[in-house]
Amino acid sequence: MKNFTYFQPNSVKQAVGLLDAKWGTTELLAGGTDLLDLQKEYVAQPDKVVSLTGIKELATIEAGNTGTKIGAGVKLTAIADHPALKKLYPALTDAAGDVGGPQIQNMGTLGGNLCQRNRCWYFRDEHVNCLLKGGPKCFALDGENQYHAVFTTGHKCVIVHPSTLAPGLIALGATVDIAGPKGNRTVELTKFFQAPTGPTQREHTLAPNEVLVSVSIPAKAVKNASYEVRHKQAYDWPLVQAAVAFNYEGGKVSNARIVLGHVAPTPVLAEAAAKAIEGKAIDEATAAAAGKAAAEGAKPLSQNAYKVKLIEVAVKRALLAAAGGKKYWEM
Amino acid sequence: MSKKVHITATINGRETEFLCEPRQSLLEVLRDELRLTGTKEGCNNGNCGACNVMLEGRLVNSCLVLGVEVQGKEVTTIEGVASKDGLHPLQQKFLENAALQCGICTPGFIVAAKALIEQKPKANEQQIRHYLAGNLCRCTGYDKIVRAVQDAAKECAGKAK
Repeated sequence: MKNFTYFQPNSVKQAVGLLDAKWGTTELLAGGTDLLDLQKEYVAQPDKVVSLTGIKELATIEAGNTGTKIGAGVKLTAIADHPALKKLYPALTDAAGDVGGPQIQNMGTLGGNLCQRNRCWYFRDEHVNCLLKGGPKCFALDGENQYHAVFTTGHKCVIVHPSTLAPGLIALGATVDIAGPKGNRTVELTKFFQAPTGPTQREHTLAPNEVLVSVSIPAKAVKNASYEVRHKQAYDWPLVQAAVAFNYEGGKVSNARIVLGHVAPTPVLAEAAAKAIEGKAIDEATAAAAGKAAAEGAKPLSQNAYKVKLIEVAVKRALLAAAGGKKYWEM
Repeated sequence: MSKKVHITATINGRETEFLCEPRQSLLEVLRDELRLTGTKEGCNNGNCGACNVMLEGRLVNSCLVLGVEVQGKEVTTIEGVASKDGLHPLQQKFLENAALQCGICTPGFIVAAKALIEQKPKANEQQIRHYLAGNLCRCTGYDKIVRAVQDAAKECAGKAK
């Protein structure tokens, strides 16, 4: 790992003041589970590391009748085990409890989960100069792409967004509070992510000198769930994830939001799927139809057509789980 | 460009001072600066759990924690698991069940299993396997490890009565 100067400010304002206006020279350290790995691989080589672990305001959870606000520095364990959050937002807490294993959940944070870099093996290999690192091309397009995007239209780099907390939070209508040199701003989480195309962009739209402060979820009682199709139950990123949130009164779905993870460079709002289930009662057939609708428009790469089928499965199971209030293994 | 930093932390119950570069992980500090070599380096990227330690009572991979981040904090390593009266029941049961072959993963497994049985004394086999999913063993095939943890959990529960 390249050496760096370490800072541990105790306010967000101080942290913002320590950041450079361009990417690459400073990095924020929260849990460190992604950053240290990137530094060891020389993919990240910052001169300054600004630790957020000394900032108390980042580590609080406010869950109340007026809405929920979770600090970006809150550990995944604290989210997964929070009684009120578990009751209200299983789409979030189940996903938090499925990240890595206990060691990772004890260090990893909400903000880090949303801002982590992608898992593409070409990107993560120090010796591969891919498009995201300023190189000539995306090597996954015609290379080893079994875990890459299936919604590829218009994308020059076919990573999948790695966050498993993002789909549930987007389905729940979350917003993020961001602090920068000119003050604070609030952004809908859907608009927080972008498909990066080079070294001057990240998977999110934070400026290099901005800090993610907290995530807010509006106070609405909605049925919600997240379902991850995985190789194994722990210690990996999902192959495909679906998160759903909707009102379910009188046996009819309204205001449905269905979000797919790990199928495109950003989380994907599956509008066709939401439309397919709107006004309907959820059963095997309607949930399956929504799943089919979610997969429409997919253009898989040479090795990942299997993920299109997994989208159908994930959406169906997430809808059934949310409607029935049961985990998939109880169904 | 970056000077060594002076850090004070409580390690295995003892106040400890050390100097470290910002880039050194807690794992490197433990092994190279403090000579606590019971904690092992496996993958060095958070997959294998060989470097597991307790940080402020929470199980973490010490390879993913910077040494400078433990200022003022409490760290317990495998060296802090046995007491002056003898081995911890987990260590004893790992021996009795022959739950190790090469032994590189063992300190990490014992630290992780201790965190589990303190948190969930009645963890069933499935919960034990799930909790230990972040610890890799390339020799034994896990069955003996799970049996050792189950035996130790029973013994700890018995002692608590």
